[in-house]
Amino acid sequence: MNDRFLMSLGAIALAILVAVVLVAPTSAAAQAQKAAAATVTKAAAPAKPWTAPRTPDGQPDLQGYWTNNSYTPLERPKDLTKEFYTPEELREAEKKAAEREEEQTVPGTTADVHYDFTQFGLDRSQTRLTDNLRTSVIVDPPNGKLPPVTSEGQKRAADRAAERKKQGAQYDQVQNIPLGSRCVYQNAGPPMLPPGYNPAYQILQSKDTVTILIEMLHEVRVIPLDGRPHAPQGYRSWLGDSRGHWEGDTLVVETTNFNDKSAFRGASENMKVTERFTRLSDDAIRYEFTVNDPSTWEIPWKGEMPFVKINGPVFEHACHEGNYGVANTLKAVRLEEKKAAEEAARKGTK
Amino acid sequence: MRTRFISSMIVAAGLVLAAMTVVAQAPAYRAPRTKDGKPNLAGVWQAVNEANWDIEAHSAAPGPVYQLGAAYSVAPGLGIVEGGPIPYKPEALQKKKQNFTNRMTLDPEPKCYLPGVPRAMYMPYPFQIVQSTKQIMMVFEFAGALRTIYMADQTEAPADSWMGWSNGRWEGETLVIDTTGFNDLSWFDRAGNFHSDALHVVERIAAIDADHLNYEATIEDPNVFTRPWKISFPLYRRIEKNAQILEYKCVEFSEDLIYGHLRKVPLK
Repeated sequence: MNDRFLMSLGAIALAILVAVVLVAPTSAAAQAQKAAAATVTKAAAPAKPWTAPRTPDGQPDLQGYWTNNSYTPLERPKDLTKEFYTPEELREAEKKAAEREEEQTVPGTTADVHYDFTQFGLDRSQTRLTDNLRTSVIVDPPNGKLPPVTSEGQKRAADRAAERKKQGAQYDQVQNIPLGSRCVYQNAGPPMLPPGYNPAYQILQSKDTVTILIEMLHEVRVIPLDGRPHAPQGYRSWLGDSRGHWEGDTLVVETTNFNDKSAFRGASENMKVTERFTRLSDDAIRYEFTVNDPSTWEIPWKGEMPFVKINGPVFEHACHEGNYGVANTLKAVRLEEKKAAEEAARKGTK
Repeated sequence: MRTRFISSMIVAAGLVLAAMTVVAQAPAYRAPRTKDGKPNLAGVWQAVNEANWDIEAHSAAPGPVYQLGAAYSVAPGLGIVEGGPIPYKPEALQKKKQNFTNRMTLDPEPKCYLPGVPRAMYMPYPFQIVQSTKQIMMVFEFAGALRTIYMADQTEAPADSWMGWSNGRWEGETLVIDTTGFNDLSWFDRAGNFHSDALHVVERIAAIDADHLNYEATIEDPNVFTRPWKISFPLYRRIEKNAQILEYKCVEFSEDLIYGHLRKVPLK
């Protein structure tokens, strides 16, 4: 993770925006496309109802290697009202986004100084995309946007911003650098959203436990299925405390006990996330989630996206252990400061 | 009469002996089975020993940070190495001694680096075994380390890593794990015991009763040791009803140690 990656996310968002503006149809056409997209979804479904394979313990088998790699933004881009792209529009949006992601690695450009995203597989186009036709991950509110933030949530956001400001500039100390660049936390969720690169997941099941290995930062979610209560409130964590159970063929996971540092989209530590994993076919899992945090959003909101099968294995992502970026950046900034101070002193003596 | 008595005593003694032999040969503990018929080693486990300070026998000693006083002083331990000192090559023993001297800056543990194998198995924190048919996962609290043990679809290590590449098999009651593909960066303990990237670890794990596992590992590394050597210790089940692996993301806690000197206002 690095700041350039964050910048590239912005670029991708812009690219998608541009793409969708270009292909945005009239509202009548939008209706037709929505119907077409629904047909595509239906057509993609197997003729016979899918029977999820079972583990030896008789549970629906979600095991294997999966990805949620996509360019689908959490919120629907501005000026776009339809819920689904047509497959052609999606191809176009993905192609444009991939081009933007590649563009920044043109040899000899400033953007290319750090390292080549495409060479090291850090761009999305080199991993299988989920080909999600939705124009946003958020499905409720139906406009695909986060619901209004409560006054408490607004105050918290302002307080957090003020606190960050008090800590000084971004490179004054390591603690001011974004969490992802520090290998502390990056989109692990829940909800589990595509991290941009390393979008691989490995699910393993036993009778009373589901584990989800998240390749990015080698996070592991260990989810007990034995009906035990959540950990006491005194225990707080980045990924929260998850409890799972089966509802028919769907794995339902409820997560609480977050800390106030991950602050997912401005959430409080009282956020509760409910996830639903349903195997749709040999190749796909439907992933749905509900975020409930009345102290941040006026109403709960929901998202949905697929996970699709990829080849394993998931390799060790020892991010912190190999983090030269943080040390080198801080060193460079200190050097610049030293040079500036020397320059100022020289001018002062003249 | 007397002779007969003596001979009957001898027969009786023989019977007792035979019975004892039968007891000795009685099968070891048989673990409960998973649905696919394998010994079920799932659960939250933890070593209860002082090996993370030093895997060899050692006395109590002051810790490397005097400000922490007795809270971070070396707890005495009998060691987990079987049969005498670790068979270092002479030059490797020198390096081990240098490691010890410079442990404050060289030990990967304070930096929150992945602990490697076997160190992850006896750090003083719990880990969980999650057992499926084709794979077994070990999830460690410290640094969120993990191991996937491939029971099927086995391959060689695709590249070197901190936690190595583990292929497993069942030998009766025993889970045998063969791990290679290590980098040369992890240590065995806080005392500077180390290995190279030629490290090869073969672990044997079997239940000895409902709440204990016996853990053995053979350590082989021709770059560092003159011969393979063994460690062994029990693993204890965390029998609390609510035992679970908690999140111990230690990266944040290591950042001032690693980057503190690069602050705009350096840490004192």
